[in-house]
Amino acid sequence: MGEKVTLRVWRGDAGRGELTDYQVEANEGEVVLDILHRLQATQAGDLAVRWNCKAGKCGSCSMEINGRPLLACMTRMSTFVPGEPITLTPIRTFPVIRDLVTDVSFNYAKAREIPSFTPDPAIGLGEFRMQQVDVERSQEFRKCIECFLCQNVCHVIRDHPENERAFAGPRFLMRIAELEMHPADTADRRAIAQDDFGLGYCNITKCCTEVCPEHIKITDNALIPMKERVVARKYDPLVWLGSKIGRRTHADTPAVPRKQGS
Amino acid sequence: MNDIQRLPYDVIVIGAGGSGLRAAIDARLAGKKTAVISKSLFGKAHTVMAEGGCAAAMGNVNPNDNWQVHFRDTMRGGKFLNNWRMAELHARESPERVWELEAWGALFDRTKDGKISQRNFGGHQYPRLAHVGDRTGLEMIRTLQQKVVALQQEDAREHDDPDAVIKIFAETTVTRLITDGARIAGAFGYFRDTGEFVLFEAPTVILATGGIGKTFKFTSNSWEYTGDGHALALLAGATLLNMEFVQFHPTHMVWPISVRGLLVTESVRGDGGVLRNSEGKRFMFGYVPDVFRAQYAESEEEADRWYTDPDHNRRPPELLPRDEVARAINAEVKAGRGSPHGGVFLDIASRLPADEILRRLPSMHHQFKELADVDITREPMEVGPAQHYVMGGVEVDPDTGASVLPGLFAAGEVSGGMHGSNRLGGNSLSDLLVFGRRAGMGAARYLDSLAALRPVASGAELETARAEALAPLERPAGENPYTVHGEVQQTMHELVGIIRTEDEIKSALGELERLRERAAQVSVDGGRAYNPGWHLALDLRNIMLIADCVAQAALERQESRGGHTRNDFPQMSAEWRKVNLVCSLDGDRVVLKRQPMPPMREDLLALFDRDELAKYYTEAELPPVTEAELPSAAEETR
Repeated sequence: MGEKVTLRVWRGDAGRGELTDYQVEANEGEVVLDILHRLQATQAGDLAVRWNCKAGKCGSCSMEINGRPLLACMTRMSTFVPGEPITLTPIRTFPVIRDLVTDVSFNYAKAREIPSFTPDPAIGLGEFRMQQVDVERSQEFRKCIECFLCQNVCHVIRDHPENERAFAGPRFLMRIAELEMHPADTADRRAIAQDDFGLGYCNITKCCTEVCPEHIKITDNALIPMKERVVARKYDPLVWLGSKIGRRTHADTPAVPRKQGS
Repeated sequence: MNDIQRLPYDVIVIGAGGSGLRAAIDARLAGKKTAVISKSLFGKAHTVMAEGGCAAAMGNVNPNDNWQVHFRDTMRGGKFLNNWRMAELHARESPERVWELEAWGALFDRTKDGKISQRNFGGHQYPRLAHVGDRTGLEMIRTLQQKVVALQQEDAREHDDPDAVIKIFAETTVTRLITDGARIAGAFGYFRDTGEFVLFEAPTVILATGGIGKTFKFTSNSWEYTGDGHALALLAGATLLNMEFVQFHPTHMVWPISVRGLLVTESVRGDGGVLRNSEGKRFMFGYVPDVFRAQYAESEEEADRWYTDPDHNRRPPELLPRDEVARAINAEVKAGRGSPHGGVFLDIASRLPADEILRRLPSMHHQFKELADVDITREPMEVGPAQHYVMGGVEVDPDTGASVLPGLFAAGEVSGGMHGSNRLGGNSLSDLLVFGRRAGMGAARYLDSLAALRPVASGAELETARAEALAPLERPAGENPYTVHGEVQQTMHELVGIIRTEDEIKSALGELERLRERAAQVSVDGGRAYNPGWHLALDLRNIMLIADCVAQAALERQESRGGHTRNDFPQMSAEWRKVNLVCSLDGDRVVLKRQPMPPMREDLLALFDRDELAKYYTEAELPPVTEAELPSAAEETR
């Protein structure tokens, strides 16, 4: 077997917690999640860790490793300085449930407010025709594994929980961009992107892009183009004229109302 | 039992992967109040790991494709042990199910004329797999997740509550199905975050829990795959079919050891990748079995021509069904011609330009680069077989997914029959769409037949379930569940793995017996809130039960076929083809029964040549020789 490493793991629940040191064996080629599993199996059977595929495909094992938001299953032990302790803490933006597991329900609530894919109802099954070059833009965004690391790192909500109501975060602004760029979608979410989902709060610091384990260019390919589309919608002279003479050429799609009381 | 929250529903779907969500959508469309229960977060189920694609005979790339060809390929892949009615429904309905996903927002890769592109895969005669690069499963689960959300948005408009008709219970585990003595009446479980107990009261349960990978040491499956649905069905009184058939997918990463079992998609071979041994030889040419000899190339030149001219050349042997390729790799490694870490080489670097590899196989490139420091555009991968899928599962009615227990349905990997002894790549994503939908409709129809007379959950069963769930927390000091689990996996890996013998299976059964006693004594630290040790202690019951079923069925079936290879019975037997092995519980013991295979409908049988059928069937089962086939008759007509 390999060498011992020191894991400094945050243990606790919603109320309180502290960092606890463990000495755990590590072998060549292993990732952080392997070491956590060995810790569970040998010393801390009740250590709460959320994980699933251990292949970088499901986005469950998001945590902060030495302060950096990462997937534990894709972080190799060889990336650390030998002999130094490795600090593992839950992702900071969301409330802790227990140990390294957080309550990410914020994200699922936001997802439900975005108007869904809206195709032309006249198109029958198997009749869609789309070119590869046209689907590729949205395909990039659909690589998203919903690890919520971008949500975690975005300072608009990381440092300002009061913005959570007005701001959907990069993952869901990207979802809006994905639908807007979908070749077969007919809805128009430009107005609500700004008014209901807080696109204007984003000041393109690219923190989201930096942490994306799928290397999606969230800022450059989704958020900035979406900002441009919003501007085009808002200051389109034809739309402006139409509104002045009482004729709408195009209807904005409204956001889906939040559940009563939430 | 005041500590059990009771939640009334019409339909309980256990599992939120592809088949569970597809079932839930149809239950909701039928107006049934539906709960979807998932051990993970919404959208994280094992379906995300499917890579290559979803098989559907749309004929977008090769217009010669149709459902009959797909049906034939599926039966051949399963070595004619498939439930033919399931294979028929699957082949007929999968194109519509794929198009439906497109109408719900899925963005598959496209052909030049703007249709859904289709790729080649092992055992499929034509390019048939709808795909999105090598992340097709993610696209499917996200699309189904977003369709559920779209339906919830409709419900929010109508009922002022998005959860009014269909609700997702994420991070929730069911540990027992509850009956009224004869029919399903509910499902008992716990919320993982708090450990609180819940009884979902409903007359129907749809099992969509996937597979059993965590029974084995090296598997491409996620932690969720502890055979829950298989075990829940058995414990409630339903039956399991052909559990000996376990698929060892041929290509997984073998190094570093921590990622051993991580899947390397079959698309690498579909797109031109070839397998070589340590001598650099494309060894698959030496492993084409007689039943497939006519359809596979005999030289590298012919095989290479096939990629551009499939109508005039035969397929490369790298694209044989998965069981054949896995056995071949196993044999090469055993003969000392393996790669440094005990696999063989999979080479795409010398076969496609780097940018094309990056476009078609981005996840594979990412995975090898990040986890093994291997650049697949420049060097070969080291790959070997690992457990990937279970063909065996809950015995169901093909049309409705109904099990033998009234009110219990199953769809997807947890159900049995569809894939026979070996599943073709791409057929699982289509399976879960076709039969997920059918199970949703089946459950809705069953509910309608019940009218107001709903079964009432048995209080005794509920109390048993509650006590069983609390036991590992209440035992003062006992076995560590992680240790026992590791030993089960080691036992199954060594003794009931890819190649089996009577002696080894018998010693596995002995070992499992000892492990059962230890599993009954596990205890865990900590409380009920998000306690993985406790969760594993409860899952262990399922893992052990399923290991027992696999081993017993593997011992009983004295032949080699698909995902069941017996060194002591290396041949496929036409007599055994007629036999389904059915597991059920008698008390707490697994019992096996032989059950005759229903004969295939005549019009389907007529899709095969008599000569081909003769390789699988007994003489008595074969259709009579037609006049046209008799040489003398042919003489006379001339």
